[in-house]
Amino acid sequence: MLKGKISARRRAYILTMRVLMWASATLTAGLVLFLFVYILANGLPHVTWELLSTKPSYLEDRIGILPDILNTVYIVLATLVFVLPIGVGAAIYLTEYAKNKRVVGVIEYAAETLSGIPSIIYGLVGMLLFSNNFGTSLLAGALTLVIMNLPTVMRTAQESLKTVPQSYREGAFGLGAGKWRTVRTVVLPGCVDGIITGCILSVGRIIGESAALLFTAGFAHALNGVFEGLTSSGATLTVALYVYAKEEGEFGVAFAIAAILLILTLLINLSATLTGRYFAKRRNI
Amino acid sequence: MKKRLLENIVHGVFLILGLITVGCVLLITVYLVVSGIPAIREIGLTDFLFGREWEPTGDDPKYGILPFILTSVYGTAGAMVIGVPVGFFTAVFLSKAAGGKLRTAVGSAVDLLAGIPSVIYGLVGMLVLVPAIREIFDVPDGASLLAAIIVLAVMILPNIIKVSITALDAVPKEYEDASLALGATPTETFFRVSVPAAKSGIAAAVALGVGRAIGEAMAVIMVAGNVANMPSLFESVRFLTTAVASEMAYSSPGSLHREALFSIALVLFLFIMLINAALNFFLKRRKGE
Amino acid sequence: MSDIITVKNLCLWYKSVQALKSVSMTIPEKSITALIGPSGCGKSTFLKTLNRMNDLVPGVKITGEVTYDGTNIFDPGVDVNELRRNVGMVFQKPNPFPMSVYDNVAYGPRTHGITNRVRLDETVEKALRDAAIWDEVKDRLKKNALGLSGGQQQRLCIARALAVKPQVLLMDEPTSALDPISTSRIEELVLQLKENYTIITVTHNMQQAARISDMTAFFLLGELVEFGDTETLFSQPSDKRTEDYITGRFG
Repeated sequence: MLKGKISARRRAYILTMRVLMWASATLTAGLVLFLFVYILANGLPHVTWELLSTKPSYLEDRIGILPDILNTVYIVLATLVFVLPIGVGAAIYLTEYAKNKRVVGVIEYAAETLSGIPSIIYGLVGMLLFSNNFGTSLLAGALTLVIMNLPTVMRTAQESLKTVPQSYREGAFGLGAGKWRTVRTVVLPGCVDGIITGCILSVGRIIGESAALLFTAGFAHALNGVFEGLTSSGATLTVALYVYAKEEGEFGVAFAIAAILLILTLLINLSATLTGRYFAKRRNI
Repeated sequence: MKKRLLENIVHGVFLILGLITVGCVLLITVYLVVSGIPAIREIGLTDFLFGREWEPTGDDPKYGILPFILTSVYGTAGAMVIGVPVGFFTAVFLSKAAGGKLRTAVGSAVDLLAGIPSVIYGLVGMLVLVPAIREIFDVPDGASLLAAIIVLAVMILPNIIKVSITALDAVPKEYEDASLALGATPTETFFRVSVPAAKSGIAAAVALGVGRAIGEAMAVIMVAGNVANMPSLFESVRFLTTAVASEMAYSSPGSLHREALFSIALVLFLFIMLINAALNFFLKRRKGE
Repeated sequence: MSDIITVKNLCLWYKSVQALKSVSMTIPEKSITALIGPSGCGKSTFLKTLNRMNDLVPGVKITGEVTYDGTNIFDPGVDVNELRRNVGMVFQKPNPFPMSVYDNVAYGPRTHGITNRVRLDETVEKALRDAAIWDEVKDRLKKNALGLSGGQQQRLCIARALAVKPQVLLMDEPTSALDPISTSRIEELVLQLKENYTIITVTHNMQQAARISDMTAFFLLGELVEFGDTETLFSQPSDKRTEDYITGRFG
């Protein structure tokens, strides 16, 4: 009686579901593999030292992406300089200071709303708010990205603040430390991991962003230092990819940038995983 | 006394930092409404929303955005039709059926998919998908709604997979044990107990995917052909997002044309708000369970 | 009374730890067998071996034989799902699915292929009546089962197990998460169920074992120390360790 097999209908259902699961997972993994191989195969041959170290020149009929690389670095730095204090500060307010549940709810709801807004809308608002006031520039782009990344930084900082044991705070208060001193000496060091994770995630998003930068940071390829760079128009790598592929038909350069971006994405994911693991380990000791 | 003052100042500073987020949302809303309303007033709400022609630079300019609205809706729906089942089954596989190593490997592949910038999807779509569609379906131009749908389907996959996995992982093991003890096989248990138990979370994943698909601009602009046609699978089309992105640079500031672009952004914003509300509803329900 | 389950030299390892040491016993049909012993003694592990729920735990190794209905349940040809349909289980913590009361009970029959609405209705009602919860839920069959009280949830879980018409019902400390009133209702129910089912229950409560069971097995450190008629075991234990345990000297 126990050896009676389950009915054909059940077996068919189970088989169908298993096939669907395997097929979907294979498709997903296959897609990633294809994208990876395709982009690297088409892009890496075009990544030359000349491409990386020069600026474009019509006279010499040459394309170089050094300005785009620098612009990306500038915009990442400028964004982080603003978004970290605001995001971490907001998180500290929410976990350490806010007593009113309604205020917390409103701020959290606002953060959720921000993270749902598409980048093209950020681009428009950034254009109205920043570019129309002090010109199309990397700074205008960075400020736009600050708003975009605010929820990410705030949430990761908040998550890690929650893991700082209540007893640490009580310990500090018990020693007569004021609230600010407690936050500065006990709470902030405890949430370094969240801040770092937030940083990594933001860097990933900033590097990958394009729609929000088209009308705010523009698409110039001039070679600038940090301060000139921030006040003048400039394309990041992603925007440059778009311009070369869509407007100029320079697919070799586009693929080269794509390969670089892909490798950066990989490195960012890797460092996020590693820091996560590192801090998890440290916490357990 | 001095200490007290310092504490109060610090408290105030943090409060302000906390309220910046709220300020940003208000600012964005106000800016969009203020800059989006005038054109709608001038064109007329019905002519704007239901007009089937968009010719802002013609002698007799027309500002109907129905083609964009429908394209965005169809494009998103199409992406969901492809992306949701694939994402759903992948999520169940990774959360329940796959063993440790396989799960880690495919999981990090999904993370990579989530991190790839949209322009790369656009680039690959442009050079692989668009020619393929032209060849396979024998159409004059492969840059079409179909190409956009496929690119969007791929782009929403990681969102759907990751949020669904979180929901599926949170299903108590007791439910699954009870099902197995009744003689259900593991596969039956995943789909008849675990999935229903995680349904709010999976619904939230779908809502998130809808939001991402409807808001995507750059990848779509590269593969959809960008002509203001009424949507049809093999026709070159323009989405709400791409209408804004492609014409902003060419419209002159202060013109009705540019203001109409702001109105399009306002319409898009309203769509997103609707989806956010749905998302919040599902997330709340999940907490309630 | 004929025997329904015969266990011979059953050993079980979790990785390198031996959790069951050569356990042998025979369980008579339509009776209540209580498994007692201090925590970690292997009584729950033993119970879960009887419907092969231990198969799910990674690193488990089992030797020996468990014969149910004339077949060794570890035979390669045995369908584990069929075994579990015959040998049902009720868990320590009530675990109704987050679905309606009706869908909870109908889950098993549906899984095993009953789709006919009328038959399904009958099966559900019978199971709920047998589990003595029909009167409490008949007006709220479509409501979510998580809205029931803990005791009701556990009786619903019993109904859910009965709905697939098992012969044996395994219970893993079914009352440990419940209040005394709910506990006594479950105990009454178990005594009624004995008419039609063979019940094997793990309990940490010796009064409960003495009150409801016909046979009692005392486990210690993975070993079956003593197995026999409940009255005899509690009044004249033949092993010193059993006596120490039931008189409360340890555990």
